[in-house]
Formats: sequence, C-alpha cells, structure tokens
Amino acid sequence: MLSGLAIAGGLLVITRRNAVHSALALIVTLLAVAGLYLMLYAPFVAGVQIIVYAGGIMVLFLFVIMLVSLERTVKERQFNRIWPIGLLASCALLALFFSVFEKGKKLFEDRLVPAPTESVNTQKIGEMLYGNYMFAFEIASLLLLVAILGAVIMAKKRI
Amino acid sequence: MADIGTLHYLVVAAALFVLGVIGVLTRRNVVIVLMSIELILNAVNLNLVAFSRMWGNLHGQVFSIFIVVDAAAEAAVGLGILIAFFRNKETINVDEIDLLKW
Repeated sequence: MLSGLAIAGGLLVITRRNAVHSALALIVTLLAVAGLYLMLYAPFVAGVQIIVYAGGIMVLFLFVIMLVSLERTVKERQFNRIWPIGLLASCALLALFFSVFEKGKKLFEDRLVPAPTESVNTQKIGEMLYGNYMFAFEIASLLLLVAILGAVIMAKKRI
Repeated sequence: MADIGTLHYLVVAAALFVLGVIGVLTRRNVVIVLMSIELILNAVNLNLVAFSRMWGNLHGQVFSIFIVVDAAAEAAVGLGILIAFFRNKETINVDEIDLLKW
C-alpha cells in the first residue's frame, strides 16, 4: 500500500500542470518512502528523510515556486518540445529494468534476515558514521558549506 | 499475501526511478525537472536501504544518509541558479532557456 502511494505520488509529480500541486505530490511521495524505510527497519534514515527532505528541501522548493511561478505558466503547455523522444528513452530504460529483473530474479532468496533490535539502530549508524565513514562525513560537511556559499552568491543581486 | 521480499522494494525503486526520468525529460517547467531529480535520488535511496536490509549490515543506510545530504546541497544550489536566471530572463520553461545556442 505504501509503495502504491509512493508510485501514485510520483505519477502526480510529473503530470500536474500546477507546480505547487507537483510539490505537494512530491511531499506525499517522500513520506510514503519514509514509511517504506520504516518497514525496512531503518528508523534513522526515515527520520532523516522526513526532517531534511520533506521538511527542508520541499519547503525550499515551495518558496522558489512562489517566487518564480508567474500566472501564465499555469496556462501554457506543460510538456516540452521533445517529449516523444523522452518518453521513448524512458520506455527503453523501463525495458532494460524488466530484462535485468527477469534475469536476476533467482539471486534473491525469499526469506529475510531476522529483524534487528530497533533501539540500537541510531547508535549503530552513529558508530559507523564516526568510525568507518569519518572522512566522508567531513567531506559532506565541506560540501554543505560550499553549497551554502554557492546558493547565497547565486541569489544575491550584486556580487 | 506473499512475504515482502527485497525484490518488491527494488521494483518500487525502479518504478520511481523511471517516473523521475520521464519527469526530467518531458516537463517544461524547470522547477518540476528539479523535483523529478529528487524523485530519482529517492528511488536510489530506497534501493540502497533495501539492500542494506538484505545483507543485514548498515552500510547502505549510511550511504543513503550521505545521498540525502548531497541532494539537499544540490537542490539549494540548483534553485539558486534558477532564481538568478529567472531574474534575467523572466521565464522558467526549458524550451526558452537557450542563451547558449548558436
């Protein structure tokens, strides 16, 4: 059910004429995917997804949509000039995915790993972040710094 | 109903990915193109977390946290570029953003 909701949300994102509707559909999709993470015993990633993605990035998108969307964009065409080629390429991608799934179906056994205890998930992720992935953690903070600088400079009126 | 195996999550992730690709390639509004890119990133995250569950360790989840961080950074910068462009040309259709054409 959650996956049906996620896919329906995704469909709504790419087909709505109004950009605000698309943003709201994307929020629905993000929450559905967060629910799927919870089903996969990943509470920390689900929390990060809801707080950062659905709470931060989508609010940013909504702000920019309010800033940028003129009234006339709602009445114009909504698919661009080369949309048959895009659709064809996506169908080719879908066919590729199908063939990969049919070939690799036997590799996935049906029984699942026994569920881990849930109270230590965040702690274990913290251990891994500060242990194995310490370098990537620092680089990610540097990336965020660069992104902040870039966004502020791009949006200034006079540099 | 059958047990929900890893393959089901991979199918959902693939469907979201293809929907995102269709959104990137077909829409005229630049903001919706950026949102479809976020859809693609979410599909990849779902894939990673499903595999992390399958193997029983947490590497996939840590990687997906990094991907969320990266998506936040790229969304911020992309929207900044969009705003800067919109200030000059007053349009958000990808068909009309052709200042570099010969």
